[in-house]
Amino acid sequence: MPNARNITYRSAVLEALAGEMRRDQNVILIGEDVGAAGGVFKQTDGLHAEFGEERVIDTPISEAGAFGLAIGAAMAGQRPVFEVMFGDFITLVMDQLVNQAAKVNYMSAGQFSVPLVLRTAVGIGANLGPQHSQSLHAWTAHIPGLKVVMPSTPADAKGLMTAAIRDDNPVVFFEDRMLYNVSGEVPQFEHVVPIGSAEVKRPGRDVSIIATSRMVHIALAAAELLAHENVSVEVVDPRSLVPLDIDTLVASVKKTSRAVVVDGGYRQYGVTGEIAATIAEEAFDWLDAPIMRVGGANVPIPFSKSIEPLMLPDAAKLAAIVAQLLHGTR
Amino acid sequence: MKVSPLDRKTSLSIFDRMLMMRYFEEAVLRLHQERQFASHFHLYIGQEATGAAVLEALGDKDLICTTHRNHGHLIGRGSDPGQTMAEILGRSSGLNRGRGGTLHASDPSRGFLSTSAIVGGCAGLATGAAFGIKTKRESNVAVGFFGDGSLEEGLVIESFNIAALWKLPVIYVCENNSAGAMGPQQGGYPTAITATDSFTRLPAAYGIHCVKVDGADIAAVYAAATEATQRCRAGQGPAFIEAFTVRWPGSSPLWPEPATVTDLNEAWDPARLKGPHVAWLRDHDPLLRTARDIVAHGYVSQDEVMAHDKDARARVEAGAAFAIESPMPLSETAHEHVFA
Repeated sequence: MPNARNITYRSAVLEALAGEMRRDQNVILIGEDVGAAGGVFKQTDGLHAEFGEERVIDTPISEAGAFGLAIGAAMAGQRPVFEVMFGDFITLVMDQLVNQAAKVNYMSAGQFSVPLVLRTAVGIGANLGPQHSQSLHAWTAHIPGLKVVMPSTPADAKGLMTAAIRDDNPVVFFEDRMLYNVSGEVPQFEHVVPIGSAEVKRPGRDVSIIATSRMVHIALAAAELLAHENVSVEVVDPRSLVPLDIDTLVASVKKTSRAVVVDGGYRQYGVTGEIAATIAEEAFDWLDAPIMRVGGANVPIPFSKSIEPLMLPDAAKLAAIVAQLLHGTR
Repeated sequence: MKVSPLDRKTSLSIFDRMLMMRYFEEAVLRLHQERQFASHFHLYIGQEATGAAVLEALGDKDLICTTHRNHGHLIGRGSDPGQTMAEILGRSSGLNRGRGGTLHASDPSRGFLSTSAIVGGCAGLATGAAFGIKTKRESNVAVGFFGDGSLEEGLVIESFNIAALWKLPVIYVCENNSAGAMGPQQGGYPTAITATDSFTRLPAAYGIHCVKVDGADIAAVYAAATEATQRCRAGQGPAFIEAFTVRWPGSSPLWPEPATVTDLNEAWDPARLKGPHVAWLRDHDPLLRTARDIVAHGYVSQDEVMAHDKDARARVEAGAAFAIESPMPLSETAHEHVFA
């Protein structure tokens, strides 16, 4: 990567925000404690100091009202980045997101658009319990008119946040809070990853693991374990759920003839089912085995350290599932 | 608030907006009876004085978000009657190419950002439009029109707090049309279900400038709206206008019924009033009241009023004909505009 440095996922998103705010006066950041406090995960640190309170705006604890405001501001010509502190709280903006933001462009026949990013932190693993740990991205991906992005690496986080801010549509941007301290190579200057482009994170021959966000890292670790058993795993990261880069996913499965889909949201009626069904429709004749779905347990996320980790697969569990699939001993 | 008598030009301009609103809605009702469209809809008849006087007080660049009872606001602001009717009829020539319909019409050419068919939704959007205006240091204002039922929604209260905190140039116009509304005893839905005895207590709690006006009195509404726009443009923050109207007898909640047919001669000849709704026509019809007032002020003759009346009817009928003749959207366009 040209001009790349090793920085954290948190810093990468922050770099994209700051870069776009410097580039375009209409980009503003709105949310709870995003200002001088710098965000509860320090994910907006320094923006208030650089851009001031007119562009980095703390709201009351009124997610619906503040998000309605962000949509109105977007329709009136601004490009707000709206932060929902915990992903669980998107339930509080759902009416505004589903019934206003997602539909304005269609309802007005393209005369108004909503250039807005809703960013939120999700993910199991911080001992936050049932109301602060969920990944509800599948809800948003169900709604026509919303783009849904969930980057797995610092470089993708920077490139996709930049693309999201420049997009003329409402984009929902899910950041796994357990990735904030993960480091990786990130281009120093402008970096744009087109929304709707999947990426092969590790090439392989025997099986495709299609994984989202933090699950990409679990998949890469599982691939490493399986490599010791001479199993060649390809890991594909869709990077955005809407639009979904079906071509890249299908090309991978046509090559390997086996697919496991992994996502950190609740498994029931979720992302894994949608992607598995899409692959079945597009690549059925190439498949040598059923498509496996691996998702979050269908359980409210427990608080206790001893049982919270059971809600998600780890690399060993995922490797075992892949091995079973390959050896036909399911 | 001091209410000055309106001058001739302002009075006539408001009256012309009201005429267009009234005849447009009578045409909507007729076209629905003729099965030109099937959806439910909400008529603005009886509230014309409020909308017309507020719109008269606004400038060309002001932004508006409205609610499901929106036709009057669009037509009163000058949206094309043909395109507006075509939208209600779901035609491809409609304001939004038939994608929005009666409940979701918008018109950028008139600063209409949105009709929210989610009750109270327009309050959040109007507050956001005002935020955009303030951030860009522009001098225009944003207006959110909604009914009294919206004050039961949490979003509206949240919007009041934010608008007051940030002194946003937004005017909330609450058209309280509960009076005379068909209650549950008559087979209708209840209107306001609230523990407060005065809606202005809610915005007032946040320090928002509040005014209560007779919504059928164009001079009172115009004065309130003018004061509100001046406050907003001077950076003094949001305003809330509660305009009281008595609901037109045909305004059942979802399916309006033919109740009265406008004849402006009734304004100066009470002997012509007849039928079961004489009381509403005599005491509450804002159009008859305004017609009577502008003649009484000597601004126009009865004949001149009738000339305006004829002109408005003709414009509406031309719009209705345009809408009826317009084609429906083509199947292959159904997927257009999901994304920008």
